[in-house]
Amino acid sequence: MNWFVEPRSAVSRRASRAVIALLVACVPCAAVWAADPAPATVAQAAVPDTLQQRIKACTTCHGVHGEGSPGSGVFPRLAGKPAAYLAQQLAYFQDGLRKYAPMEYTVRQLSPAYMEEIAAYFSAQEAPYHASPVPSVSAAVMERGKQLVERGDSTRGIPSCVSCHGERLTGVEPAIPGLAGLSYDYVSAQIGSWRTHTRAAKSPDCMAIVATRLRDSDITAVAAWLGGLPPPTDMHAQPADPQKHTLPGWCVAAAGATP
Amino acid sequence: MKRWLAGLLVVVVVAAALVAWLFFRSPRERPPQSAATRVSAATLRDPALIARGQYLATVGDCAACHTRKGGVRYAGGRSLATPFGNVPAPNITPDPDTGLGRWSFEDFWRALHLGKGRHGELLYPVFSYTSFTKVTPDDALAIFAYLQSLAPVRQTSEAPSLRFPYSVRRSLAAWRALYFKPGVYQADPAQSAQWNRGAYLVQGLGHCNECHATRDALGGLSPDHTLTGGQIPEQNWYAPDLSARPGGGLEGWSTRDIVDLLKTGQSAKGAAFGPMADVVRKSTQHMTDTDLEAIATYLQSLPARPAAEAAVSHVSFDRKKGAELYADRCADCHGVDGRGVAGIYPPLDGNTSVNEPTGINAIRTVLLGGFAPVTAGNPRPYSMPPYAQELNDEEVATVVSYIRQSWSNKASAVRPSEVSTYRHTPID
Repeated sequence: MNWFVEPRSAVSRRASRAVIALLVACVPCAAVWAADPAPATVAQAAVPDTLQQRIKACTTCHGVHGEGSPGSGVFPRLAGKPAAYLAQQLAYFQDGLRKYAPMEYTVRQLSPAYMEEIAAYFSAQEAPYHASPVPSVSAAVMERGKQLVERGDSTRGIPSCVSCHGERLTGVEPAIPGLAGLSYDYVSAQIGSWRTHTRAAKSPDCMAIVATRLRDSDITAVAAWLGGLPPPTDMHAQPADPQKHTLPGWCVAAAGATP
Repeated sequence: MKRWLAGLLVVVVVAAALVAWLFFRSPRERPPQSAATRVSAATLRDPALIARGQYLATVGDCAACHTRKGGVRYAGGRSLATPFGNVPAPNITPDPDTGLGRWSFEDFWRALHLGKGRHGELLYPVFSYTSFTKVTPDDALAIFAYLQSLAPVRQTSEAPSLRFPYSVRRSLAAWRALYFKPGVYQADPAQSAQWNRGAYLVQGLGHCNECHATRDALGGLSPDHTLTGGQIPEQNWYAPDLSARPGGGLEGWSTRDIVDLLKTGQSAKGAAFGPMADVVRKSTQHMTDTDLEAIATYLQSLPARPAAEAAVSHVSFDRKKGAELYADRCADCHGVDGRGVAGIYPPLDGNTSVNEPTGINAIRTVLLGGFAPVTAGNPRPYSMPPYAQELNDEEVATVVSYIRQSWSNKASAVRPSEVSTYRHTPID
């Protein structure tokens, strides 16, 4: 029941704050603010009437441009993910399908319209990817990760990641998220959360099916391979393929078998 | 000496018999149907009555408890945590097997007014019949007509999971003897119609006192301390005192401020957060201006409160560190003077939720941050960042203590151990 992550160290916190400040390209104002906190009353006179100002509850962890927090791996990248996916996930936190207390509290008071606006903002952001730490695993584990991501494992009924999340793993419109740029910690925690029923989607919940078919060692392998991928140059989600069904047959069939 | 002992024995035996009787007496049989509660099926289908009932059900915020997270409205399933165990709110859609489909208005009236179920069983007071008893039969009928007009949802209500002896329903007889006095609201002829409307809404359907007062060890509320503020059990928020007079939690609040907060979630004096943000979003923002002004008029009339004793602080904190944290994390929005930005960022100086006796609200707000509720009057609210992931227990305690003892604030300092406790309070 430890809902909140205790800060790791003041140093890493300061470092991540500095990175965010640089990414915002707001070095001069950050410097002034850091040097002298007193002029707050001056800044108060005009609170910017911008979405960015309104959603500080989001950006404090996910970054002003949804770049995610590089140090912790807990706060995922939002930038460039399909807007419909982001809005859907916010609704899932409201409806109790996804369970993470800080997110549940943050989204609790929002309307669908406001959540869509916030989702569209992060979806439209272009922020550089940055590498996150990957635990050292053996070459065999990395090879297994690569196999699962690119080809899946038909013997266990596991589809490849790319079959749904796009060849470049940057997601597919309208609502399949990208996996590139996610940290090892985040990917393994999320797959785990499908198993412990703290993350779910409305039926058919394809990832819940995949999560039960993966072995523990598979989760490590997939997360390590994804976490170590070099970020793609074009980070936009692929357009939906009109030839493809919205949901893969294996998922619909499996979900139908176990309603 | 012997006579003295015998006397004592008699007293003890009589007391034990009385307690046993209170615990285990059978609930009374169903009372005969009265003219006031006999209604025809045609009456219940009257669209005007149903519409009025919908409004009143919103005022009473029935859906807040009788709806599971992500579930169908009024189909029940939300488990309400109490210090005595959990009580799931039942399905009140008109499904015949799992909801109120077989209920007559008489049954509904007995539940709302007397706190008794369809078979005469005593209801747990987490269903706030201690307040709802004040609702008039006319209003109850409208609410019943509305609930019966809903699409029936088949969803079985779970049984309560309470500890002994609370699990014995008949034990409620003793609780009711102590804390429950049935009776429809009686207008005070010395007061205006507006005041009476406000009092009726606050004391009855609005059931404000169920949170805004301190409960004793048995979960009862004292009639001598109404709307004087209290910690909400299990939820761990503090619902402040609601008097707008000297010493009151809303001291200095104008009628406008009260109406603004209930209508938009924001006011010049403070913003709704925690459970009150839910109440504003789901209930009060939908109330008419006339009703909100009536509520404000009634609250304005609540008596002054005895001046709080100056906090004798046994807790010390590093004031310099607190000032640094405040300048670094808080002053940008709330101002170095703690006055906030009207309508956007609430003031901290003189803010009742900052200064409430426990410090819970300030601690949890620093940890959780969050948005003011989305309302028609404030569709894109500003927000506060959470600091749980950035500040450790000592830092949160230091900055909260600093805020509670700056400007005109003179509340007690808080301990890091308290921050640690509330860091782990589950979000319902």
